[in-house]
Amino acid sequence: MITDGISIPFDVSRIRKDFPTLHRQVNGRELVYFDNGATSQKPQLVIDAITEYYTENNANIHRGVHYLSQLATTQYEDARKIIQNYINAPLSEEVLFTKGTTDSINLVASSLGELFSEGDEIIISAMEHHSNIVPWQMLCERKGCTLKVIPINEAGELMMNEFDQLLTPKTKLVSVTHISNTLGTINPIEEIIKKTHDVGGYVLIDGAQSVQHIKVDVQALDCDFFAFSAHKVFGPTGVGVLYGKKEILDQMPPYQGGGDMIAKVTFEKTTYNELPHKFEAGTPNISGGICLGTAISYLSELDLNAIQAHETELAKYAEEKLLQFEGLRIIGTAEHKTSVVSFIVDGVHPFDLGTLLDKQGIAVRTGHHCTQPLMDFYQIPGTVRASFAFYNTKEEIDVFIHAVERSLNMLK
Amino acid sequence: MTLEEKQQEIIDEFAIYDDWMDKYEYIIELGKELPIISDENKTDDKLIEGCQSRVWLNTAVEDGKMSFTADSDAIITKGIIGLLIRVLNDETPKEVATSDLRFIKEIGLHEHLSPTRSNGLASMVKKMKLSAIAAS
Repeated sequence: MITDGISIPFDVSRIRKDFPTLHRQVNGRELVYFDNGATSQKPQLVIDAITEYYTENNANIHRGVHYLSQLATTQYEDARKIIQNYINAPLSEEVLFTKGTTDSINLVASSLGELFSEGDEIIISAMEHHSNIVPWQMLCERKGCTLKVIPINEAGELMMNEFDQLLTPKTKLVSVTHISNTLGTINPIEEIIKKTHDVGGYVLIDGAQSVQHIKVDVQALDCDFFAFSAHKVFGPTGVGVLYGKKEILDQMPPYQGGGDMIAKVTFEKTTYNELPHKFEAGTPNISGGICLGTAISYLSELDLNAIQAHETELAKYAEEKLLQFEGLRIIGTAEHKTSVVSFIVDGVHPFDLGTLLDKQGIAVRTGHHCTQPLMDFYQIPGTVRASFAFYNTKEEIDVFIHAVERSLNMLK
Repeated sequence: MTLEEKQQEIIDEFAIYDDWMDKYEYIIELGKELPIISDENKTDDKLIEGCQSRVWLNTAVEDGKMSFTADSDAIITKGIIGLLIRVLNDETPKEVATSDLRFIKEIGLHEHLSPTRSNGLASMVKKMKLSAIAAS
């Protein structure tokens, strides 16, 4: 591993050695794992860090005076700083640990939402994951706010002229995905953030599909909130991050009460702890937070530009090969796309194709990908989605294409 | 043929396949052969919404025997439905309600009937049995 801050040349065969799951067999074949949009595989050093935490360092954090408690606290808070550096957050207390992207969005909806009132407007987009739709619907129901939706074009790109029309002085929050989990579209979030700020609204970016693919700098973006999940960035499940600007987080009321989030408790009045603890009630996922730090350290030693180039090449190669099949249509043809290839084939149900690919050792996602409104827009029941990570190879795509061909011959 | 004999017949049919793809090729053929239920019968009350594939189930009792017709938009799901119908049709409500559909597991397709599989099949079997209980 590199310690002098210089990135090592991108070498996929070396990188693959870091991920033990990639070397197992499924249904008698070498696994081809193309479901990275759902979750990524974990490098050995993350797996080892989980074991090491529970073997050597397990203790509760923030309260204990004993050695192990202080060690665990230091590791947990160091992880927060690693994440802070990675997304270039100005302050470590602006990095809140959550259960994941869904939890991060719900935190904002529950807490910031308390400051909203009847007639306030929230804008999302037509390509959002259900987790960036439903919390806002619930808030609108609770507070009498209005939910507006930025439409998309056939290619799966946001219609930005329509967005301009949706923005009003009543816009309190725009919550959009950085990269669509179903289509791979990279949204023009810089423009969205600037225009929303011009009308005095806040912006939350759902970064569940972006931090693992492209460099995110929350200060350069100037977003108010940024949410992502550990398990999609080579870390463990059950932990995630909400970045929020301190001046906004300070105004927001706590949304869960309990230990760690209080300054002083009496039966008459309780005062709340400072950031980030105000939003971190109860014993957190300590090992998860620490090992997310390990995963981010691993990722930051790789060259993100080289990763992006490799992943873009994989997606382009897969699309070219797939389009050779008669009746196959790529869903999501945005000009700016990441390494997600969603497709359907005339007369073939995605579930059938996914089942047959599984029997050939290939893991893809089939279905609506928790974006049912998007499926309604395209009038399809679902897609087959191959989503690539930097450890995937062209050779794997060749195996995948061969398996698709065999499956289609059986199904058509 | 009894329900148990029909199950054994299917198990024997599948015994010749040792490759997953061959097994699925056969299921797909069964799916293609299954008579499609008419569109007027594909009403919402007969729809079992899975997360991924949809299943329509039509139930009737004729001369004291259960009669099922069903359809799905996914061909593999449809093939498995064909097997279920072959085993359960023309059986008494009591036989259907108390049946142990062991053949599914024996031929290695139990994953499709897991409640988490979200293809609507687990709900369909439940609905078949409930309709049999109601008719008995």
